[in-house]
Amino acid sequence: MITIEVNNKPVQARKNETILSALERAGIAVPTLCFMADLFPTGACRMCVVEVDGQRNLLPSCAHPVSEGMKIQTHSPRVLRARKTIVELLLANHPDDCLYCIRNRNCTLQGLAEQLGVRERRYTGDKSQHHIDTSSPSIVRDPSKCILCGRCVRVCEEVQGVAAIDFVGRGARSCVGTAFNEGLNVSSCINCGQCVMVCPTGALREQSSIKEVLNALANPDLLVVAQHAPAVSVTLAEELGMKPGSDICGMMNAALRRLGFDRVFDTSFAADLTVMEEGSELVERIRSGGPLPMMTSCSPGWIKYVEEFCPDFLANLSTCKSPQQMMGAIIKSYFAQREGVDPQKIFSVSIMPCTAKKFEAQRPEMGGNGVPDVDAVLTTRELARIIRLRGMNLEAFAPEPADTPFGDRSTAGKLFGASGGVMEAALRTAHFLLTGKELPGLELRALRGSDGIKEAHVKIAGKEYGVAVVSGLGNARALLNDIRNGRNDLHFIEVMTCPGGCIAGGGQPIKTDAQAVRTRMQALYKIDRDEKVRTAHGNKAVERLYQDFLGKPLGEKSHQLLHTHYHPREVVP
Amino acid sequence: MSTRLDQKCCEACWHGLDRPCPMYIECLLDGPLCHDNAACRQQRIEHLAPFRRKELSRPAIFVGTGTCGLGAGAGKTLAAIREYLTEKKIAADVVEVGCIGLCTAEPIVDIQLPGRKRVSFAPVTAEKAAALLEAVLGGGQAPAECVLGQHRNGDLRAWDSVPYLDEHPFFAPQTRWVLANVGLIDPTSIEEYFARGGYRAFAGVIRKTTPAELCDLVEASGLRGRGGGGFLAGRKWKFALGTPADQKYLICNADEGDPGAFMDRAVIEGDPHRVLEGMAIAAYAMGATKAYVYTRAEYPLAIARMKVAIARAKSYGLLGHNILDSGLNLEIVIKQGAGAFVCGEETALIQSIEGRRGMPRPRPPFPAVKGLFGKPTVINNVETMANLPGIVNNGAAAFAAVGTAKSKGTKVFALSGKVNRTGLVEVAMGTKMRQIIFDIGGGVPGGKAFKAVQIGGPSGGCIPEKHLDTEVDFESLKSIDAIMGSGGLVVMDEDTCMVDVAKFFMDFIQRESCGKCIPCREGTRRMLEILQRITRSRGREKGVDALERFRGVMYLNRLAEVIKDTSLCGLGQTAPNPVLSTLRHFRDEYEAHIYERRCPAGACTELLVRRIDAKKCTGCTACARKCPTAAIMGAPKSPHYIVPDKCVGCGVCSEVCRFNAVVVE
Repeated sequence: MITIEVNNKPVQARKNETILSALERAGIAVPTLCFMADLFPTGACRMCVVEVDGQRNLLPSCAHPVSEGMKIQTHSPRVLRARKTIVELLLANHPDDCLYCIRNRNCTLQGLAEQLGVRERRYTGDKSQHHIDTSSPSIVRDPSKCILCGRCVRVCEEVQGVAAIDFVGRGARSCVGTAFNEGLNVSSCINCGQCVMVCPTGALREQSSIKEVLNALANPDLLVVAQHAPAVSVTLAEELGMKPGSDICGMMNAALRRLGFDRVFDTSFAADLTVMEEGSELVERIRSGGPLPMMTSCSPGWIKYVEEFCPDFLANLSTCKSPQQMMGAIIKSYFAQREGVDPQKIFSVSIMPCTAKKFEAQRPEMGGNGVPDVDAVLTTRELARIIRLRGMNLEAFAPEPADTPFGDRSTAGKLFGASGGVMEAALRTAHFLLTGKELPGLELRALRGSDGIKEAHVKIAGKEYGVAVVSGLGNARALLNDIRNGRNDLHFIEVMTCPGGCIAGGGQPIKTDAQAVRTRMQALYKIDRDEKVRTAHGNKAVERLYQDFLGKPLGEKSHQLLHTHYHPREVVP
Repeated sequence: MSTRLDQKCCEACWHGLDRPCPMYIECLLDGPLCHDNAACRQQRIEHLAPFRRKELSRPAIFVGTGTCGLGAGAGKTLAAIREYLTEKKIAADVVEVGCIGLCTAEPIVDIQLPGRKRVSFAPVTAEKAAALLEAVLGGGQAPAECVLGQHRNGDLRAWDSVPYLDEHPFFAPQTRWVLANVGLIDPTSIEEYFARGGYRAFAGVIRKTTPAELCDLVEASGLRGRGGGGFLAGRKWKFALGTPADQKYLICNADEGDPGAFMDRAVIEGDPHRVLEGMAIAAYAMGATKAYVYTRAEYPLAIARMKVAIARAKSYGLLGHNILDSGLNLEIVIKQGAGAFVCGEETALIQSIEGRRGMPRPRPPFPAVKGLFGKPTVINNVETMANLPGIVNNGAAAFAAVGTAKSKGTKVFALSGKVNRTGLVEVAMGTKMRQIIFDIGGGVPGGKAFKAVQIGGPSGGCIPEKHLDTEVDFESLKSIDAIMGSGGLVVMDEDTCMVDVAKFFMDFIQRESCGKCIPCREGTRRMLEILQRITRSRGREKGVDALERFRGVMYLNRLAEVIKDTSLCGLGQTAPNPVLSTLRHFRDEYEAHIYERRCPAGACTELLVRRIDAKKCTGCTACARKCPTAAIMGAPKSPHYIVPDKCVGCGVCSEVCRFNAVVVE
């Protein structure tokens, strides 16, 4: 430890840490715009500048290391004036339309302007003109609101390894754009929405489906069905200002019914179904010798990533559709048949923690006879917006169960919301399928938690199987490279596009940080701990579905409705 | 060239590319040293003779085909000369050389007749070429109207009544170290560089000196980085030398981006081997085995010359594997940038070489510790490199003997603008600015008054008349709010508006800002707008524009201070300098623009007041019909008049008036 002096008071700092991290521990908040924990600082925004004795210029605290005896002023008039000027300069090139902005009251720039007391438009002049890019089914880019902090660029390149966007142009003409400024839809973007999660302003947002859904709800000719993903019930609370990490599944069911949904189903049911199919597929592949390792196919960002960047692994992907699409397919077939409704008259809405699900729902192979499996996808944020629009206070609602027949779920399906959950659920069932016995203890601790790569070797029926759980595609790329280079001890790999899994998906509340991810994970683990039905094969509703309709896992009906195939995709070079 | 220097003199000579020898270079030039044979010695002397250009067997014609020469028509001159020689069946060597520095006089042609001193002629356009050759080659006459001067090569017979080139006012005050060979030798011939002592420094240093000693030597010489920062080169190397790593890199920064700067280009075009030798010395000193020449793709000739030079140096075993049997390896690669100003900044340059977008990153870590591909990296400018062979050859004391207390050696400047003789100038540190502009440059043309000289490019400042006796020195320039910079000198006369100059540089900076940090990207753009507003005519102001204009002026200084204080890289931190410096020295001009809406230099066209001379006006209505703002009133066939508040100063009336009735004041 070394001692530095901050605002005339001694502060203990760790050797080689940045000024910012020392200040943070000392309880001194310095504003930042471009700073991202865990990534190498770029020092781009200059918001975090501090005055250091003996230095000619102000120094960026996010990038500058502390040194013994350093004397720092964090809020001197010179520093405050610099920070305020920077915000004023950003505002001078900003549309200035907070009232109309999706990020109103949830915008870092707006917050800083308020915090620094910006009260007049001191600098005025030309504003950069840009077109809004609405080409993507998942993400809308409005470069005129962009402050070029570069967070989206870095998360796309450094965390996800996709690099669909980068800085383009020089000087005041600089902007963040795609290769050749084409639409995001034809770029290598995998629609994960992590860029939206880190954007400090309204420059990036999800492609909203609120209007379509409200119109459908208002249409008396339609049977409007909702399904909600396992990760939504543990995050919606935060977005509605309730206690983070609370599971409000029951209240959400009640709210959805009051919004006018005719049926409310739980995607976790389809997750159980996925486990049955995928577990059987894994057992089948192990029996018939491959292709192994089998990789999960629940995460649509990951699927597009493989199609674009790693087509050599397409055969390794499980052919199972994701739970959203399985549920969609079952609703428009079995459910429609059972209810005697024309599938055309069913409007199927899924509520997802994810922006890539919007893309997935539009994939041409995700449907039959011109009827899409899923008609509209809402993110957690969009659902919260509708709930606020309708003036609902969820805390006043009595919890309600989801509707039969797709409301019953096991906790294995619920675990899908966190990184490692699919693997845990699948292994519970695979163990049962291979040995006829339950996995002792059921829980696989090594596969839990928010590490980017988690691995385990599991013994089933005397044979050892290697499994890996990866979240964040940069980590996935590293693992794939290992496999290309000859690593062959793995049989099954779960890949989630977003770091931490769906609970940190691109459709989740904006200020998702490491702490939030941990809290949400714990909420899911608690559900798994507390409930009785903890395996997919133990879900009676799934069993019934096989008896009444599907036959058996990997059967003909399953093949038709629940499985799909992938093709290599061209990427802009 | 007829003879290859690297041919073996006899079978006794054992060294060559396949068997490197520490004494190879000395052996070729002074040898043979590996065996004793009078005949071989004679053969070596004969092989080297053509490159020394002392005793010629046939006339040699040198054409300055640097970029400036080519721009002035040297290509056509060259063709005309070749055509003449073919036609007249005259055997002569035609040699393309770089720019000797006197760019205003281009195209420059030198002729050396056997046994006589070399003479420079200028300007020799294609039309004049034949007559000149006729006079010199045919008649042995040096036509006085285009003679520039004769060179002082050795004891060859001098030309009568032809002045010496080194007495020419442009050359006399110069101290040409870096430029010693530029414009004189064939840049594509490594042998000519050898003949002038080239590569002896490098060959000697790797044999006799340790890297640490070499760093000490260069530090003791007081050589400071010539790229603008002025950091002691030897000290910078020591940081890299002292950082353990499996790979270290050296980068020669040839990404000259300042408007009005062309020193690096001219040095590489004219004497690329001096730069390469300097790089080899620096690489040895800091322990680099791979070096880059980072230059811009807009310098095709420099790149071509450098490519040839690298290949030739390799062919003599001066680059590559196990150089001169020393166990030393050095690979030099040319990396072409896309011509972004910011890529001259060290960390941005590194990013660019790494294949990323050229954007600076925060320091520390400094490149000398963690640079290119995360390895210790030293970046030195072309001129710094070109100084190294001289320091090694002549010693630190000889280098330090020239210059001022803290700035040693010489400095190359690119002199341009409103000055009689523009070109490339190398002067001893401590030379007064006045001497550079008035003695070397020959003062301001057209009898106009000198106003200022802009030094250091967009990061620099303007030096007014009263500071002209400032010496060229890192510290003294700083004391008058200017910087040494890389060496651009743009002279301005009374017709130059200093607000306009500031506007030009702000425009340059805001277009060339990398866009990464907010103060530089957004701030320079607003500063430009503030300047644009005060040079705009009242007629174009609408609504609250006049208030905005005034508010901008109020915050100009505050904005400039914040940009300086918070920008990420050196370019951003110095971006407001063009404004701050002109504001300090020419405040009255700003005030005339702001308060009186008047441009004293008459350069800001929108602020000029136009009126119609009633005596000259015939009432033809031409101006009234063309005026875009209907500011011109008057009945046909009677004198018209301009309504000042409506006039936007576009000047169309002046253009269309056939009676010169529009008066501009």
